[in-house]
Amino acid sequence: MDYSKILSDRVQEIKPSGIRKYFDIANSMEDVIALGVGEPDFKTPWIVRAAAIDTLEKGKTSYTSNSGLELLRKAIAHYLSSKFGVEYDPEKEVVVTVGGSEGIDICIRALLNPGDEVLIVEPCYVAYAPIIELTGGKVVPIPTKAENHFRLTPEELRAHITDKTKLLILPYPNNPTGGVMRREHLEAIAEVLRDTDIMVLSDEIYAELTYNGRHVSFAAIPGMKERTILVNGFSKAFSMTGWRLGYACGPAPVIAQMTKIHQFAIMCAPTTSQHAAVEALRRCEENIQSMVQEYDRRRRYIVDGFNKLGLDCFEPEGAFYIFPSIQSTGMTSDEFCEKLLYSKRVAVVPGTAFGASGEGFVRVSYSYSIKHIQEALRRIGEFLQELRG
Amino acid sequence: MNKDKVLQLLEENARYSYEEMGVMLGIPADEVEKIVAQLEKEGIIRGYKVIVDRDKLKENVVSAIIELKVTPKRDLGFDEIAEKITQYPEVEDLYLMSGGYDLALLISCETFKDIAMFVAQRLATLDSVLSTATHFVLCRYKEKGLDVHFSQTDERRNVWY
Repeated sequence: MDYSKILSDRVQEIKPSGIRKYFDIANSMEDVIALGVGEPDFKTPWIVRAAAIDTLEKGKTSYTSNSGLELLRKAIAHYLSSKFGVEYDPEKEVVVTVGGSEGIDICIRALLNPGDEVLIVEPCYVAYAPIIELTGGKVVPIPTKAENHFRLTPEELRAHITDKTKLLILPYPNNPTGGVMRREHLEAIAEVLRDTDIMVLSDEIYAELTYNGRHVSFAAIPGMKERTILVNGFSKAFSMTGWRLGYACGPAPVIAQMTKIHQFAIMCAPTTSQHAAVEALRRCEENIQSMVQEYDRRRRYIVDGFNKLGLDCFEPEGAFYIFPSIQSTGMTSDEFCEKLLYSKRVAVVPGTAFGASGEGFVRVSYSYSIKHIQEALRRIGEFLQELRG
Repeated sequence: MNKDKVLQLLEENARYSYEEMGVMLGIPADEVEKIVAQLEKEGIIRGYKVIVDRDKLKENVVSAIIELKVTPKRDLGFDEIAEKITQYPEVEDLYLMSGGYDLALLISCETFKDIAMFVAQRLATLDSVLSTATHFVLCRYKEKGLDVHFSQTDERRNVWY
């Protein structure tokens, strides 16, 4: 059978992720120092794991309501209110999802009609564009610049808006750049959107991992809540990637439609994970703070290390990535990553995997121990030395 | 406050340089140096040692935790005997305990027999010692907050997004 004729055209047109190549090479090598992963190295706090075990022992293993355990939705609303000053009704404005990823998926699907344009701020997380394309929407990338710390500026936003623009995806703190948008930057964006009907998907999955100050939610900017779908989750803040649990909050009519898709596609988020998440929200503030402190140390250490090696790096203030420029080597991102991997067995991710504007940069994760980072810096130093010969 | 942060880093790894600590904490290296000097002067930092996985060394090491019941001395309490026991180089840790016995000590020697001799000749013969109980260490799993037995592997190989 010729499956290419059978399979959906839209699915086949989706380009495979650019990260895959390095990932496969790195995993086939011995003694690789990877700086590639996009997940915390901390284990889920023990009290959260214990809470999950307890519910398993008690046999709490049935489905929950489609939108998630009421207790969890209330805990989420309370958390968002106390941490970021945004108020959501746990009854109608919160849906618990399978990771932040599902929140992104059902938000895009609930909003788009074929032909609608979606602005995505690049470089960014790799999942937005494929989902938009599957839905028949049109991806409109907005390249951001290193000199602006990869923030979206109001001018850049204005230049890409057309009468077909339906949605802006605002991914801050940003994967892969580590860039953040402070209150004043968000206010400038809000100013552009205020008199439009453009919706905003604010992917705030890295909100807790904000350094040199506190995260500001786009929904907290006056007048923006009515157009914002806030997506967050437990993976990064609570080191709970494998539990697959996130949530989306927004205006009731939007959440109702998102919940409809969720109901038919997923039924409900994993029950054990939902019980664990209640515990995480109630009792893990200290764990979060100590993880953030540790990331912050590594961040300072690795930024300093790259700058000393001559790979310029602005100070990223969020997530656990740095995005140094490799332009001084004269190589493309792809060449740099491949050569570094083969000659020194250090794996980093080319910036181009996150959009064309990532050319000239690499993403380096510091979700690793200082010892690991020290060894990586040593090897990269050798690599650059040999290049400069 | 910086004092606590420096201590926390040193407790994690006493071999960080002043410069490395300065970078991680966002303070100048000479400031870190001053803080460490002050901590040493105040006797808050008592020393720096290495954590060794003895099982990996060829030479034999046997360790035991020994419980002692003793009669406290008038005026001096337990300090007098504790001071005596502290002098023995074999004794790695010594604590005054609540509960069923008084002093707990961790000692390491080359053989079981050495430990037996130490208990019989050095400890049991002390005036105020009423009784001893020796528990040999069979395996070390964790020491000074460090896992010294299990090697943790990084299982995060699957997603690089």
